[in-house]
Amino acid sequence: MYVVVAGGGKVGWNLARELIGKGHEVTLVEEVRERYLTIEEELEHAVQYGDATEMWVLERAGIERAELVVAVTGDDEDNVIICQLARDRYAVSRTIARVNNPRNRELFDLLGVAPVVSATDLILRLIEHEVPSFGLVHLLDLHAERLEIVEVELAADAPAAGRAVSDVAMPDGSLIISVLRDGSGFVPKADTVLEPGDEVLVVLDPGLEAGITSIFTGVDAP
Amino acid sequence: MFVLIVGAGRVGSALAQSMLAKGHDVSVLDEDPLSHERLDAGLPGTWEEVGGRFTVGQGIEIEALLEAGIESADVFIASTRGDNTNLVIAQVAQRRFQVDTVIARVMDPARATWFAEQGVRTICPTIEAIGMFEAALGEVA
Repeated sequence: MYVVVAGGGKVGWNLARELIGKGHEVTLVEEVRERYLTIEEELEHAVQYGDATEMWVLERAGIERAELVVAVTGDDEDNVIICQLARDRYAVSRTIARVNNPRNRELFDLLGVAPVVSATDLILRLIEHEVPSFGLVHLLDLHAERLEIVEVELAADAPAAGRAVSDVAMPDGSLIISVLRDGSGFVPKADTVLEPGDEVLVVLDPGLEAGITSIFTGVDAP
Repeated sequence: MFVLIVGAGRVGSALAQSMLAKGHDVSVLDEDPLSHERLDAGLPGTWEEVGGRFTVGQGIEIEALLEAGIESADVFIASTRGDNTNLVIAQVAQRRFQVDTVIARVMDPARATWFAEQGVRTICPTIEAIGMFEAALGEVA
């Protein structure tokens, strides 16, 4: 696969190195001259010097034949513009953008730049995984599709404990998709009985979290 | 008419003063509080005393745009020093806030031309300057 990576910071440089190691063809674009020279000692011809929001720089990097463009500069506006140009001007089928400031995430959504990766959000998720809020751990938010996948531990005194899946009164727009028990996961059937301590994965429409929480923890979410 | 100008540099502040002098309501948003001094320059009082409005904040922040009054803006001018910032906030003004007239200053001719084709109205000082140089050279060469 041919990949253009915009931005030679820690993320971009390491990503380029890993992709090359996996046998992909990569061009990394870095606009700070000193940084470019440092990277060039290692990556040689796989790094180019220039501003990746300039169209001639993108064209020189061969963006027209890229299958994937990854915009990981430290500037959110630059990442938006790079992905818009890649998609709309150069017909690149896949783009991935980094969101530096999580508050800018809605701009990426608004301008149709997806998927996005935010280190701050990822770390927040990990922290919440350690300290789940209201018993629910958000595993995945599919913004565009308006779906979420959450994980919840079944409490002994919860309404769903000891019941078959078909007997659990799940709200419309939600579905139990997997159960983790004793270290392994399986897809439950209608007659699978849920046991206290099970980690239950649920896919749901956003907004149904409170109902899910009370069914599996027996506690009403605040 | 209510004009919102993001970026109070040479262009933004001059435009703000001239639009205010023409009797329009003008609100200026800039991340640098000191840019206010450029708005005051040459006025009989402060920018606010002559009827202007000034907000400190970044154009890319939705809350800052709201505070500067984007919801009632008829005209949105993106004149920060960053081409990509101007292109992004102009698209936000169009798509999210449906501002009637949106114009972005873009120094790079290639991006100015491409985004204009995509429906973002752009003004490119570089293209203007090249044309003026060519005209001036046409007179002597």
